[in-house]
Amino acid sequence: MAKHKTPMLDDLEKGPWPSFVSDIKQQAEKGKQVLKDAPDDLLGVMELSYEDRVTHWKHGGIVGVFGYGGGVIGRYCDQPEKFPGVAHFHTMRVNQPASMFYKTDFLIGLCDLWEKYGSGLTNMHGSTGDIILLGTITDNLEPMFYDMTHELNQDLGGSGSNLRTPNCCVGRARCEWSCYDTQEACYQFTMEYQDELHRPAFPYKFKFKFDGCPNGCVASIARADMSVIGAWKDDIRIDQSAVQAYAGGELKPNGGAHSGKDWGKFDIMREVVDLCPTGCMWWDGKKLTIDNRECSRCMHCLNVMPRALRIGTETGASVLFGAKAPILEGAQMSTLTVPFMPMEPPYQELKDLIEKVWDWWMEEGKNRERLGELIQRDTWQKFLQIIEMEPDPRMVDEPRSNPYIFWREEEVEGGWTRDINEYRKKHQR
Amino acid sequence: MTDEEAKKAILDSLGEKSGAKTKFYLKDFYKILPDMKPRDVKNIVNRMVGEGLLEYWSSGSTTLIGLKGAGKQHKEED
Repeated sequence: MAKHKTPMLDDLEKGPWPSFVSDIKQQAEKGKQVLKDAPDDLLGVMELSYEDRVTHWKHGGIVGVFGYGGGVIGRYCDQPEKFPGVAHFHTMRVNQPASMFYKTDFLIGLCDLWEKYGSGLTNMHGSTGDIILLGTITDNLEPMFYDMTHELNQDLGGSGSNLRTPNCCVGRARCEWSCYDTQEACYQFTMEYQDELHRPAFPYKFKFKFDGCPNGCVASIARADMSVIGAWKDDIRIDQSAVQAYAGGELKPNGGAHSGKDWGKFDIMREVVDLCPTGCMWWDGKKLTIDNRECSRCMHCLNVMPRALRIGTETGASVLFGAKAPILEGAQMSTLTVPFMPMEPPYQELKDLIEKVWDWWMEEGKNRERLGELIQRDTWQKFLQIIEMEPDPRMVDEPRSNPYIFWREEEVEGGWTRDINEYRKKHQR
Repeated sequence: MTDEEAKKAILDSLGEKSGAKTKFYLKDFYKILPDMKPRDVKNIVNRMVGEGLLEYWSSGSTTLIGLKGAGKQHKEED
């Protein structure tokens, strides 16, 4: 028997989709969680919010675990007498395993722990990638943290003005397109920057994410202050006999992903060559030719014909900066900064680059200003001076609309001064 | 400036402000110690939290820092 009447939430259970309302009710009925009333009262306060059309959660808090300045977010309900089960309902953010690979016994262990110390309710996963454990009381934070770190060998993730939990795609564990070992990079950077991850260090949040190839399965280009996206320097490897097999219909395009409907016969010209964004491919009926100098690594041809086309062998990553700046200019993508960097442990070149960026941002960034916003405010040119890089045409997003590279006086012969009489000899007024 | 002098400067500065604002951005601490590098200030502030002199307040997206025990919310959360 439900503790509160929740007609509006019940409505959300209708239809063919999985429902978080059903999940919470299931946990309430199961009743194994130490905070017995938490799931029921969570539904109750949510129904009240739907009725009142305002939130009944207070904003933030001082709670945490000793030595850490992140990973726990204080949450309090402003109707504690009506809903005592969620009067204190703190969130714990847990650093997810790289690529979110889990063993079943780990998941069972984590769920058992959360029922022992919290509401039993989880969010797998938060948008940064963390495992989100929803709802516990202040007294249970330290014991939960102790057991999680000692029994499951799992740490808290980042929150607040910290480095946020690094995130990576599935990488070489399962994907032939991965241009570097994203899991290794994610792990190494997580370990290297433990202090920045667990204690506030910056004007605002900072995220880095590791995509193994430009398909971007963790969408680093849209979501990370520093996006590391796999790239190759040499030529796409072509197996001409496999190309012919695709063209002749012997191999299914896109790994057979389009088999659920009659899409018609595969047309290599219409579905691959003509869709190449830089027009760098030719097909003469027998042989596929690629002008690799013009290839922008959009991945379309490799995705369509994975057995015929493979990434090059000289692999590494492109590094981009500045995605996600919602306050000043609206959402923005990262801008290409380093076109190619080898990606082998211990990744010293990338670490040196990050630290230069952080030093600048810590000094010049305003409160709650993301790196991308600072770059916009203080110019790309300044950013390049800080990281000691020369401007490169590949950094330009839109020619003629963002001419952010200007000559400096010391770069121009004679500086800004001139002899006007000499000038007028050649240029009439 | 030694670490102890820096800590004293921080406590003195926050003490003067008590009554009005009780939570501060990390960047506000840079202004208290203008001759120190931001990274060094950050390390001192985080150590002071560990020593129980300061405390964090987090909204989840942003972290503020204040004197331990100062402010309204502390009483509510105890």
